[in-house]
Amino acid sequence: MQTKPSRRKGASIMEKYSIFLVLVVMFIICSLLNKNFLSAGNLTNIARQLAVGTILAYGAMLLIISGMIDLSAGSVLALAGVLSVSFYKAAGSLVGSLLVGVLVGVVCNLVNALMVTNFSLPPFIATLAMQTIARGIALLYTKGQNILQLGDFIVFGQGEVFGVPTPIIFLVIATVVIWYILRHTRFGRSLYAIGGNEEAAVASGINVILQKYKAFIVNGILVGVAGVLFMSRVNAGLPNGAIGYEMEGLTAAIVGGTSFSGGVGTTVGTLAGSFIIGCLNNIMNLTGVDSYVQQITKGAIIALAVIYDIKSKNRKTRKVILVEEAGTEKTKG
Amino acid sequence: MESNIKLRASKIDKLFPGVKALDKIDFAVRKGTVHVLCGENGAGKSTLMKIVNGIYRPDGGQLLIDEKPVRIQNPIQARNYGIAMIAQELNYVPEMSVEENLFLGRLPRNKWGSVDWKRVRRETLKLLEEENLPYTPDQKLKTLTVSDIQMLEILKAISNKADIIVMDEPTSAITQREVEVLFEKIAELKDRGVSIIYISHKLEEVFRIADDITVLRDGTVVETHPASELDMNRVIALMVGREMSDVYPKKEIALGETLLEVDNLCSSGVYKDISFRVNRGEIVGFAGLMGAGRTEVMRSLFGLDPHTSGMVKVGGRAVKIKRPRDSIVNNMVMLSEDRRRYGIIPIRSVMENASIASLEKVIYGGYAHAKKERKLVGEFFSRMSVKTPTLETPIQSLSGGNQQKVQLAKWMLQDPDIFIMDEPTRGIDVGAKFEIYKLMTELAQSGKGIVMVSSEMPELIGMCDCIYVMCKGRITGKLQREDFSQEAIMNYATGTN
Repeated sequence: MQTKPSRRKGASIMEKYSIFLVLVVMFIICSLLNKNFLSAGNLTNIARQLAVGTILAYGAMLLIISGMIDLSAGSVLALAGVLSVSFYKAAGSLVGSLLVGVLVGVVCNLVNALMVTNFSLPPFIATLAMQTIARGIALLYTKGQNILQLGDFIVFGQGEVFGVPTPIIFLVIATVVIWYILRHTRFGRSLYAIGGNEEAAVASGINVILQKYKAFIVNGILVGVAGVLFMSRVNAGLPNGAIGYEMEGLTAAIVGGTSFSGGVGTTVGTLAGSFIIGCLNNIMNLTGVDSYVQQITKGAIIALAVIYDIKSKNRKTRKVILVEEAGTEKTKG
Repeated sequence: MESNIKLRASKIDKLFPGVKALDKIDFAVRKGTVHVLCGENGAGKSTLMKIVNGIYRPDGGQLLIDEKPVRIQNPIQARNYGIAMIAQELNYVPEMSVEENLFLGRLPRNKWGSVDWKRVRRETLKLLEEENLPYTPDQKLKTLTVSDIQMLEILKAISNKADIIVMDEPTSAITQREVEVLFEKIAELKDRGVSIIYISHKLEEVFRIADDITVLRDGTVVETHPASELDMNRVIALMVGREMSDVYPKKEIALGETLLEVDNLCSSGVYKDISFRVNRGEIVGFAGLMGAGRTEVMRSLFGLDPHTSGMVKVGGRAVKIKRPRDSIVNNMVMLSEDRRRYGIIPIRSVMENASIASLEKVIYGGYAHAKKERKLVGEFFSRMSVKTPTLETPIQSLSGGNQQKVQLAKWMLQDPDIFIMDEPTRGIDVGAKFEIYKLMTELAQSGKGIVMVSSEMPELIGMCDCIYVMCKGRITGKLQREDFSQEAIMNYATGTN
């Protein structure tokens, strides 16, 4: 009783690369609507816009893969951003301000990790609390006022290095680093195990607490960088900026194939997911869709992405039952 | 003339994409009898039972109850036809209470339409009292052992007043004493005229209760006979299509130096004064009833749970094991009793599952050595005859037996000295069991020490050099190979000594 290997392989290839198919389709639609879509100038523009969201998506992806979640990303981003801006205005050091941003992101996420590991709070609750707390700190610190006149700080979000916009450089570095972590480090491999079955990961000798701390730390670095980028792009230190941005990161990660139930996800997929959403925004803007309608659409996409994720998991589980009962290619003996 | 066939499957076909899972199955269960279904994993037993229970619909042929054709579209219809099923995989909600679980899907309503919880409580208490069960109706399932939960499932099916009960591996997670309780119940049910379809890999049990036996292989019925006309060897031969001798490949191995020494290990309230040793080449067995504390002892040894006092020496050196990594570093590993929960990472590939405890061997020097990983894992898999379509196949796609082999491969990659194996052949078919026994013997031959916890007395007697028996958290007896007997083990296990 053998399943046809070619048919099985075909179906799984379809699933694996379906996200890139969607991306290609979106690109085609975009270029039909806008003759200049595929020009270097326009594509660079899009990448620049997507940098913040994609960097957040990488953090979201790491946490979801390991069975956790970060609802505080938007708030921590804002806190890291305003403190970074404030530091720059006081000390005039670009490198220093970037480090401050990263430090703030890491500290907030260390608190997240503490709540999740030592106090066994579900990540949903812990980061929800941090979401409110971080926002409150940002508002308290700035007394609710926006910080203006950033001077050379804007080079992070609006500058160029050898003709390449700085946000894109950050994006590329983040992509390479996250890809490397997931593919080529024991830390990355452990995250998949922890998200796939935490108890089995523990019983296999993995130090789950340590790896969770690391995951939050990496997330913290990413969120901190995103905060610096964000503020320098909007030209101000906005304590109320990036509200809801954690959802953008989550959506991009899930559209990009990161499974909500943990244990699955790829860097390139998340990048593609972010681009798909970016293209969709692009299309809606070009075709003059009302901004409120755009908001409705964004929400609908989150729902659709998760539904697709769940349905494809059911399909995989049913395939599993079939293979188990029909018997895999048994070699006699 | 009235036929005494309660349930009949007539020329049942079941097709899945690219696979014919069942091919013209003819199968008849006489009223008030136990009809056993035997077959290796993948033979089609579960598929056939899922059709009987309404989870699948047949693509050809039909089902008949009392010789009248029926169409069972879903499990609720099956229940209405008087069919109850005890599934092999225990699906339960840990947060649910005993009474909620008992009445799942059939909560009684009072005259205002809301749930009659008083009745639920009353009937649950009655059942718990009748069966002498030590828990309360509002206890959450997560506080019960796997054993308790399986017994509850059995009682649930029986109390449902079914005419046909399907039991799929009902004794896989319960201990000997409860097996006896189950068999008494089965006898009672037969007297009441209930028909039972019983699926099991444990052939000793099968022959105790079977009236008729049907052997399935590769989706077809090989033969059906009254149990009196068959014996174990013949059934095994029919199942695998070839003769099998030496169910337990035990070899005489000279024992070496002491690898593991446990002295007065205690965990307050759980177990007390556990002392034993394991030598090179030795297979040490741990027998006992539910709640005896064997798994708890092993989990403490491996560092998954803490203990309050006692000493553990590995290779003559005292060690402090606070978590699994400590144990692994000291060359001692453990194969968990519940592989679904503590063993496998279902969605990840078999290769990743095999290498997860040995990441330092495949990811080092700043990158992942993919080719090396494939080669290393592939070699172990072929040595152990792990059947998988590819190395990238998700482990959840594999049969129980192969999943267990992957677990064993995971630990063998570490080349430890001591293997703790908790129920190593649970839920695995005869062919795969034999392969695991062979692997255990090879490990012992190569100088490893094995601790084997098992609720199957035949396998303990077949494979071990000595057996420690636990009862209520203490070791009540130790038997050497020449003194092995089921009675002796049972006596120690029930504390009647």
